[in-house]
Amino acid sequence: MKVLVAVKRVVDYNVKIRIKPDGSGVDTANLKMSMNPFDEIAVEEAVRWKEKGLATEVVVVSIGPQAAQDTLRTGLAMGADRALLIKTDAEVQPLAVAKLLKAAAEREKPDVVILGKQAIDDDSNQTGQMLAALLGWPQGTFISATEKTGEGRLSVVREIDGGLETLSLAPPCVLTTDLRLNEPRYASLPNIMKAKKKPLDTVAPEELGVDIAPRLTLVKVEEPPRRKAGVIVGSVGELVDRLKNEAKVL
Amino acid sequence: MRALVLAEHDNRSLKPATHAAVTAALALGGSADVLVAGAGAAAAAEAAAKIAGVGRVLLADDPAHAEALAEPLADLLVGLAAEYDALLAPATACGKNAMPRVAALLDVQQISEIVAVVDADTFVRPIYAGNALATVRSSDAKKVITVRTTAFEKAAETGAAPVEAIAAAAPCDAARFLERRVVESVRPELTAARVVVAGGRGIGSDGAFALVSQLADLLGGAVGASRAAVDAGFIPNDAQVGQTGKIVAPDLYIAVGISGAIQHIAGMKDSKVIVAINKDGEAPIFQVADYGLVADVFEAVPALIDSLSA
Repeated sequence: MKVLVAVKRVVDYNVKIRIKPDGSGVDTANLKMSMNPFDEIAVEEAVRWKEKGLATEVVVVSIGPQAAQDTLRTGLAMGADRALLIKTDAEVQPLAVAKLLKAAAEREKPDVVILGKQAIDDDSNQTGQMLAALLGWPQGTFISATEKTGEGRLSVVREIDGGLETLSLAPPCVLTTDLRLNEPRYASLPNIMKAKKKPLDTVAPEELGVDIAPRLTLVKVEEPPRRKAGVIVGSVGELVDRLKNEAKVL
Repeated sequence: MRALVLAEHDNRSLKPATHAAVTAALALGGSADVLVAGAGAAAAAEAAAKIAGVGRVLLADDPAHAEALAEPLADLLVGLAAEYDALLAPATACGKNAMPRVAALLDVQQISEIVAVVDADTFVRPIYAGNALATVRSSDAKKVITVRTTAFEKAAETGAAPVEAIAAAAPCDAARFLERRVVESVRPELTAARVVVAGGRGIGSDGAFALVSQLADLLGGAVGASRAAVDAGFIPNDAQVGQTGKIVAPDLYIAVGISGAIQHIAGMKDSKVIVAINKDGEAPIFQVADYGLVADVFEAVPALIDSLSA
């Protein structure tokens, strides 16, 4: 089984972002960037499949500027075999990302594409589902477990409102990862060195024949309303009193 | 402007997330119909017909839609799309699963988790775990939208719309439903509860998590959790509150032993009153709490339970 994993370079999840004073966007200059945490889980899952003999090859793909190479190298250091950078400095919205990934999937012909369920910058939670639709493939989103079953099918456990559900999917299919699918490894230094020698191809969106013009225009970005500072109460008694008589929520 | 709202339901009953999505749909400035896709879902359709402002309810009642699989659900919505200018769904697990599929098939860039409608083309949505609010304008002729339900009032139930049966989509063998394990609970649903009591890593064990449940029951509330508590196995995943879990906005949110990572705060900061109980006075949760109590949760929570039961 060949696996394609899509990864995105995002502002590190520990970094507190700043909004540009003119409200034109989020200032990401000079911030620590990392692989989107859900995508790390996606890479980890594919690499585990390879270690178990379930996957034959793992290809990581990213869409973004030259610097997205670093994110791909991280994926290679975790154990992916090859990387593909679809290089663009333009803003690429989820529909365009899905179209580019479709082109990549048509080139690579994977049996499964794994993506993070959402990127922690735009919080869209769209790309995997869109890719599945464009390819006409079934989807398993927000997954917390996978298992190969009979007839070449995959059984996937999904995190849904109220609990878990299990689907049986016939590859080729698209999966998107939730937090509890696995705990991604840290790449070891020797593997980081080895990753530098693994193949990394670069293509332009135009070469794939995809129009990436944005459909959404950013009008402005603002701070969310701030909560006013609260009080530290001295005792459980004071807490109950204030909740009853001041906040009137009890 | 004609809008179609995908109903959230479990065939037997309609979920209040639907009512919030109808409010968002009506804010676009036109009419709103509701689509109930299910099997044996007549009761859910009857409930949807009572939502104020709904023009008509479309009921696709067929085994193909019994489990709300995204593939037939998206095909159904795409088949109806020609009549509508906007397709909306609550940003629930079901809505998030199906709507991007619809958007891609219609060649539309979806607008996810809107918290406000500025005009029929312009919407506000949180980005970066709610640390910024982006106003975006869509150039697509047709809109595909998911709605953050805590951000919209729930439409009243004073309506009497007609229910029309429509044809279902074809089933999809490439994706088969096997089973669903739903946590049965007598407590109110997390995203709709008036009170939420949530526990974090500070609770220490799944046994001790009973304290959180006990406090929630006493207040008639739902039980929530931080990612740390879910990862530690104290409580099932569906209780997770945060950026990628449930978004809640109850009247009262009590965070017990939760440090307050930005990803958690993203899921609860719109609560009316926030109480934090944590022994670490430096925990970031205190920065968003209206009332903070720096105390050992194993002393404070039992004392709180005693005081409230008295």
